[in-house]
Amino acid sequence: MSASATTLTKSAPSPPAQRRGRARRGRSLARKVAPIAPALVLLLLFFAGPVIWSFYTAFTDQSLSGAGASSPRFIGLDNFRRMWDDPIFIQSLVLTVVFVVGSAVIGQNVLGMTIALLLRNRHRSVKAGVALVIVGAWVMPEIVAAFCWYAYLNPEGSLNHWLKAVGATQNWLYSAPMFAVILANVWRGTAFSMMVYSAALSDIPPDVEEAAEIDGAGGLRRLWYVTFPMIRRSIVTNLMLITLQTLAVFTTIYVLTAGGPGNKSATTPVYMYEQAFKFYNLGYGTAMALVLLVIGALFSLVYLRFVRVDEP
Amino acid sequence: MTAVSAQLPRTKSRWSMTSPRVKVSRTIARLVLAVIVILFIAPMLWLLLGSLHRNPGLTVPLGGGWTFSNYSDVLNPTTFWIPLRNSLILSGGTTIITVICASLAAYPLSRYRLRFGRLFLYTIVFSTGLPITAIMVPVYSMFAHFNMTDSVPSTVFFMSATSMPFAIWMMKNFMDGVPVSLEEAAWTDGAGWFQGLRHIVLPLMAPGVAVVSIFVFVTQWGDFFIPFILLLDPNKQPLSVTIYTFFSSYGQVAYGQLAAFSVLYTLPIVFLYGVLSKYLGGAFNFAGGVKG
Repeated sequence: MSASATTLTKSAPSPPAQRRGRARRGRSLARKVAPIAPALVLLLLFFAGPVIWSFYTAFTDQSLSGAGASSPRFIGLDNFRRMWDDPIFIQSLVLTVVFVVGSAVIGQNVLGMTIALLLRNRHRSVKAGVALVIVGAWVMPEIVAAFCWYAYLNPEGSLNHWLKAVGATQNWLYSAPMFAVILANVWRGTAFSMMVYSAALSDIPPDVEEAAEIDGAGGLRRLWYVTFPMIRRSIVTNLMLITLQTLAVFTTIYVLTAGGPGNKSATTPVYMYEQAFKFYNLGYGTAMALVLLVIGALFSLVYLRFVRVDEP
Repeated sequence: MTAVSAQLPRTKSRWSMTSPRVKVSRTIARLVLAVIVILFIAPMLWLLLGSLHRNPGLTVPLGGGWTFSNYSDVLNPTTFWIPLRNSLILSGGTTIITVICASLAAYPLSRYRLRFGRLFLYTIVFSTGLPITAIMVPVYSMFAHFNMTDSVPSTVFFMSATSMPFAIWMMKNFMDGVPVSLEEAAWTDGAGWFQGLRHIVLPLMAPGVAVVSIFVFVTQWGDFFIPFILLLDPNKQPLSVTIYTFFSSYGQVAYGQLAAFSVLYTLPIVFLYGVLSKYLGGAFNFAGGVKG
């Protein structure tokens, strides 16, 4: 800091002094960014490394056993061609979209907003009580949440026990696997949207909505034309974040249905895992990982547009 | 101006006088909230009640048979204590490495105008969005190639790298809240940046450091996929993986023990979340950049 300050205050330096100044500035820049080094090394080796590695592996026939394990061959675009012709992979993409739209964009988003709206102007104790339950589902480790839902939806589980009264019992995990995993993920993730929207709603000055009310705007119209536009940024950002989180969900689905029955609930992460570690096709699995990564990257770029980075 | 201020109390009083319509909508709101809460509690019941029952199936027979024996049965070295130690090593190690590296990295990003500072920050935020699940297959392939699978240190480094982007981003935002003027005083006394960071900045943003630490710890504590892929030796696996083995490998699952195991595994998180929630209200706006 002091070094750069002195170089800046010197006016019109002579050539040797200028060179020395540049060297000094270089050194001071190095000293300035030195603290970033440990994090950068870790990120390059263990984050960027695997991403770059996936670009290499996706074009090979690497496998966990056999010839492909010791000396993987370069096979060009074969993995991607195979993916295109693999009806289960295409289905996995569709199921991933269904899962993301059903559980995040519709489920968590709408339910989170509903709870946030209903909690406005409620008594503090009501707010705390409701938040405790909703957030409790969110705080739980993913695998425990999955156990809860496994027990809940099982043929001998609580839901069927209660539904016996109306005679609507069934093996949910078998007859409606996508519905089951979507429900479980809505339960687990709603708290996030609820918290984002509660924070956003609390920032709206009350007089704006009061004014709309006095102008005669009814509840729903006020919500649509006044409240939502005011928290538009939060809504879009939240949608991006929950989409990214949901895109990557593995544990919930793996524990509940393991992608089954058949492949009826095998979203891309689950199918990717199956191909790589059950059928030993590491190369093929990595190619799928790459597709998933690119989809994630696209959403992340959109998300980036809504983040403000402050610089000193 | 006076007209407006004169009008305000009048509207207030009109609002506090609850009209029948407001009353009805308030009742509906309460009813809907109650239904939502009941629907959310229902799946949790099995966990809490089943852990305390002598012989629960996937439904817990109410009325009699309550016991703590599930807990005492689970609390043995192979099932619980060794995995607990492993979880503490993995999550604790990751938290220490992440918090140290992230607070160091956040310092220049928060304090200096760097040529690539903005680009670096955008890259960091971009990486927070990438699905970690997607890179697990290539990570395994890479680790296998360099003989790094089944290694606790490698796993800790990988976990640290995955939590680093969000940790740097949160740290940087917390650090922005500490005025530079306080350090400048120290600089004139001859202190270097590191002393400034250690003795002035970090103590002043202690709540922020706590939030980041707890956040990283809780995330890793609950993570299943990373250790599931990278650690094969049961003696190195954390609770999340042991509990899954427990669930999947027995023909007839001992559901009472599974529930008790789940409760024990969840408790530390509930405790840490209690600590965190004190700060989370503020941290949430900071951290996610959610409010932009």
